[in-house]
Amino acid sequence: MPYTHSGLFIPCYINALYPEVGVATWHLLKDLGVKPVCPAGQTCCGQPMANAGFERGAIPLLEEFKKRFDSFEYVITPSASCAVFLREHLGRTGHRVYELCEFLLDVLKITGVPGRFCHKVSIHNSCHGVRKLHLSSASELVEPPYSKLRKILSLVEGIEICEPANTDECCGFGGMFSIEEPSVSVCMGQDKLKNHLDTGAQYITGADSSCLMHLQGIAQREEAPIRFIHIAQILAAGL
Amino acid sequence: MSTQHAKAAERFIRNKAQEEWHNETLRLVREKRDRQALLLPCWEQLRQLASQIKMHTITHLDKYIEQFANQAEANGAIVHWAKDAREHNDIIYAILGEHQVKKLVKSKSMLTEECHLNPYLISRGIEVVESDLGERILQLMDKPPSHIVMPAIHIKRQEVGKLFEEKLHTEKGNSDPGYLTHAARLHLRNEFLTAGAALTGANFGVAATGDVVVCTNEGNADMGTSFAKLHIVSMGIEKVTPHYQALSVFVRLLARSATGQPATTYTSHYRKPRKGCQMHIVLVDNGRSDILGDADHIQTLKCIRCAACMNTCPVYRRSGGYAYTYFIPGPIGINLGMLKSPGEYYDNVSACSLCYSCNNVCPAKIDLADQIYKWRQQLYSLGKADRTKKLLSGGLRYIFTRPALYGAALRLAPIINKTPRFLIYNNLNAWGKGRELPAFAKESFTRMQEKGKIT
Ligand code: SF4
Repeated sequence: MPYTHSGLFIPCYINALYPEVGVATWHLLKDLGVKPVCPAGQTCCGQPMANAGFERGAIPLLEEFKKRFDSFEYVITPSASCAVFLREHLGRTGHRVYELCEFLLDVLKITGVPGRFCHKVSIHNSCHGVRKLHLSSASELVEPPYSKLRKILSLVEGIEICEPANTDECCGFGGMFSIEEPSVSVCMGQDKLKNHLDTGAQYITGADSSCLMHLQGIAQREEAPIRFIHIAQILAAGL
Repeated sequence: MSTQHAKAAERFIRNKAQEEWHNETLRLVREKRDRQALLLPCWEQLRQLASQIKMHTITHLDKYIEQFANQAEANGAIVHWAKDAREHNDIIYAILGEHQVKKLVKSKSMLTEECHLNPYLISRGIEVVESDLGERILQLMDKPPSHIVMPAIHIKRQEVGKLFEEKLHTEKGNSDPGYLTHAARLHLRNEFLTAGAALTGANFGVAATGDVVVCTNEGNADMGTSFAKLHIVSMGIEKVTPHYQALSVFVRLLARSATGQPATTYTSHYRKPRKGCQMHIVLVDNGRSDILGDADHIQTLKCIRCAACMNTCPVYRRSGGYAYTYFIPGPIGINLGMLKSPGEYYDNVSACSLCYSCNNVCPAKIDLADQIYKWRQQLYSLGKADRTKKLLSGGLRYIFTRPALYGAALRLAPIINKTPRFLIYNNLNAWGKGRELPAFAKESFTRMQEKGKIT
């Protein structure tokens, strides 16, 4: 089957800050019968520059990306916003890029995951995940409610799943926005964190480590009693 | 590296109680909108239709605006054409002069705000009275609107109580909304009775019939136009819509999107002047026809000014209308400001986290966030790109395009973890405001892979 040989893209910040997310994704895919290949020399998709207004600066990175991943039928990445960016900017190659949960549900059509996770988790829906990748229904649209994150988490044994109030409101990360508009960014993050804390969850989880990094930064500053974990780590828990 | 918007937002947020109240109040308006939308199973089809009708109309604007003008004149209205704000103001002043009008009563109009009509007329000796309650409050306070549908949303009733005490001689310390509204009504009644002319905006102009359609909740447009012998309509050329069938789509969307009401209390159709009276319609371009030729931003002309994009915008809600340097705030305002004058209004482009919620609420399906993204790309060529941001992005690219250097950076990065706190969390570090930095992993994914640890 073609997806047994798929490319794995590890976004730059996952590489440097949260390599355990990459490792979990790797093991999870292997466990599900996919033999991921992680081409050497991959760096960043270029999204941080483009969102800041330097799309042209991202072009060489996109070219590099193409070179490394063009031969794969599927390219998988544990980051919704990188997947969106690649899909929108890479033409033909872009259509083969999948965010991890999307790949597991829509391509592999899995009905079970190896992980067991006996904790209460609050789902963090990222804006690009919701409104660009359609990982869940958007609160603004009149459409039947659905959530791929919830669906896939519900396959995990022992887990209790909840969602914060205003579940798809932006957490305020927004890449360069977080440092160009620090006051609004932090304010949005504090509100988001509060809604997560109000669920009584022990963990906040999501498909975008970038939002989680921002929220975690606020939680640490405020010494809030909650932990952060990427969804791949829950799905692969125990592997 | 702060923009004007970022600085103003910081000040707004410092008053935490005010920020929370503003955020929550507008969030509730958004939720009311959601509930109304959910009641119409055809909601998304309506939005699609609205978008298509608007796009069709603005790309055939010459035809429809001419049809509208001809119909209106056949009905007995007098039509004027203004290419810019100055002409708009001159035309209105001349009409008032012809009729020796000393006092003009107005219902809410963002276009007259855009043209700075009030100061223009006041400086020429005309008394101008805003009759929308929110607008009247602001006029008495000498402040501009901070929201396009609820202009005084940032003012608390206690402040209104104080203001009315001073200006309308209401009871001391009484800020009961019912009482204050009643006082305003009494005061405005006299203004309606004594004004020589009434000015209204136009939510829609129907090409097939020449009707001007004005939506209000207070009925103030009708009060004004029912007394004065002279009715002046100030209307942007993009407000024209082909016919009643098309209008029905917008009427269903407008109030639901704006305030979460199924309809505004009054939807007034003005077709012809009353007996012995005059009706003038001033059709204004003021840059709109330039936008028609701009493929990236033509969609802004589909806007029906419902403000749903403001109410949903997490940045607007937490920074308030005055944080924006253009008179229309929020996602649509960021775009309209840039279209008006990029050199003047580029400060607002930072006020967006690219969450795309505005795209989803907009009843005309305007690609608001995509357009903001495009403006960001253009700031660079305008020479307005932030220097720090540019350096940062440039530096990142330099590293990312060199895998070996990237590898080295990954290996060295963990050293940052040991940097003393005072070096990391200082005023230079915008991230450190309210947030801790993430720690670099001891070993990056790449490094682990190189060492053969991931198999
Ligand atoms: S851009 Fe759309 S949502 Fe915003 S005011 Fe205009 S019509 Fe309403």
